[in-house]
Amino acid sequence: MNLLETARIALRGLRANRLRSALTTLGIVIGVASVIILVALGNGIQSGFNDIFGSLATQITVTPTQGSAPSGGRARDLTDADLEALQDSAKAPNVESITPVVGGTGLLQLVGGGQYRTSITGTTADYLEVNARDLQVGRNFTELEARTKAKVVILGPNPVNELFNGNAAAALGREIRIGRTIFRVIGVAAVSGQQDDVAIMPLGAARSYLLGGGDTLSSMIARADSVATVPAATDQITNILSARHGIREPAERDFNVQALQSLLDQSSQFLTFLTLFTGAVAGISLVVGSIGVANIMLVTVTERTREIGIRKAIGARRRAILQQFLLESMFLSGLGGLVGILIGVGVSLAGAAVLPQLVPDFPPPSVSVGSVVLSFSISLLIGLVAGGYPANRAARLRPIEALRYQ
Amino acid sequence: MIELEAVSKLYRTGPIKVHALSAVDLTIDEGDFVAIMGPSGSGKSTMMNVLGCLDVPTSGKYMLNGIDVSKLRENRLAEIRNRQIGFVFQSFNLIARTSAARNVELPLIYAGVGRRSRRARARAALERVGLGDRQNHMPNELSGGQQQRVAIARALVTDPAMILADEPTGNLDSASTVEIMRLLVELNETGRTVVLITHENEVAGFAKRVIELRDGKIVRDVSNGVGSGVGGER
Repeated sequence: MNLLETARIALRGLRANRLRSALTTLGIVIGVASVIILVALGNGIQSGFNDIFGSLATQITVTPTQGSAPSGGRARDLTDADLEALQDSAKAPNVESITPVVGGTGLLQLVGGGQYRTSITGTTADYLEVNARDLQVGRNFTELEARTKAKVVILGPNPVNELFNGNAAAALGREIRIGRTIFRVIGVAAVSGQQDDVAIMPLGAARSYLLGGGDTLSSMIARADSVATVPAATDQITNILSARHGIREPAERDFNVQALQSLLDQSSQFLTFLTLFTGAVAGISLVVGSIGVANIMLVTVTERTREIGIRKAIGARRRAILQQFLLESMFLSGLGGLVGILIGVGVSLAGAAVLPQLVPDFPPPSVSVGSVVLSFSISLLIGLVAGGYPANRAARLRPIEALRYQ
Repeated sequence: MIELEAVSKLYRTGPIKVHALSAVDLTIDEGDFVAIMGPSGSGKSTMMNVLGCLDVPTSGKYMLNGIDVSKLRENRLAEIRNRQIGFVFQSFNLIARTSAARNVELPLIYAGVGRRSRRARARAALERVGLGDRQNHMPNELSGGQQQRVAIARALVTDPAMILADEPTGNLDSASTVEIMRLLVELNETGRTVVLITHENEVAGFAKRVIELRDGKIVRDVSNGVGSGVGGER
């Protein structure tokens, strides 16, 4: 009595009840497919998140402590000299670049039109790249424009909404008065959700025409040379600034060094939990499907009591009967698993192809091999567990009683 | 050779004990054709279950071809049933939606016989019972007599020591009854031991030896006399 023969007998048993077998399988199909689709959606959202914010993972922000220093006395400002010290590649080998920022507010006035107060950011040409900021139209200012304090400005979406009714193309090339100086609009930043209410211009121009403030900086944005070296770069920045500001104890620091990475890690972990959670919810339908398999196997065993009696009378051992019914339930759930994988992967791939065209910015679902392997293993396991009790009951039937069963 | 020595079977239903068989001694020689008769409640069915190794006696010894089967465990009993006994039941007991050939093959599958040899032996057994042209028919496409002949082919196919027929003609008309009994007689004439359980005298008349049970005891054991159909006390 080998397994192949038992498998043939089991398959014949399933084919005898095609509709019932198909409906039972459907429960598993839906369970497996929904696990795969939901996990694929979750993965898509997560990798979308990483695409958008991943470029920020190496970003480190340095800001001065406001007001008095923790140790007493006035907190020292961050200055151009601090910036130069941090650009020393011998002392700060893991700091790839560092971008100065000065900030304030200014009144934007359109010649012969409205006016709008917004925040002013004066910085260098690499600010947009470091902040992963895109332009919807126009261009960034050049190094030359930055050095020569050129009167050019990149507007955020909010001022464009207020002054140009949201028409970015109309804003491009227009001259607007900021404070007492006329600037030319050379670009409009894309919506980022944060820092949309802004006008970005060369650092020198902001200091000379708007903010004044000598050599002080509002903040510095540093970039580590890789995600792995973010902690090292953070330490290097802290040490250099501590030495320059004459700080001995960490508690005396009059500046903050904040890596964005830890925040991103937390958010990313949260998304992972969310994916797992939705996968588990889909798993409930798999559980329901498995109860269906167990139920049908119990019905089958009861219905075929006489057949079991005949088989036992002519020499089938317990093991042969056990195998027959276990294989039947594993075929049911395994087939359900395979069809569920086909549907789940198919729908996810179709979604990845179609969804981004229908809904811009929708992160395309990405199928995880883990979820496919896991849900198929679970469906086989379901067959084993759900079929276990009925098959065992069948195997334990006594032939005389089973033969007498009508 | 079948030997029962003081075989008893006791059933307990609550406080009541029923001796379905009480201390039965019986020897059946190889090649014999024995009919076991008796009214309902006489222990006929219990006798059939014990002889067929479907149940073990409460006490006593049952030797089948030199093996004491009265104390074997379930798996060994299954093996004995598979190799030594061919069952023919009153209600045919073929597996539904399964062709005649596959039904006949079944005991060979459980015996672990290879596919090719299984097919050949099943075909030969069906030809032996005159159903060579009905190999692929399903049980519900066959008449009662034909179904019982498939069952006999299934009983034959493993070449067992004993064919055990439990009221094999109980569900058949008289023409089919004669047909089936002739087949059993033929099989017996080629040297096979046949044990027949019945309550009909006409059916028992085909046997060489008739044993009558009453209240779990053998009350009569007569030889029909070979071919004469007329028996005398042993």
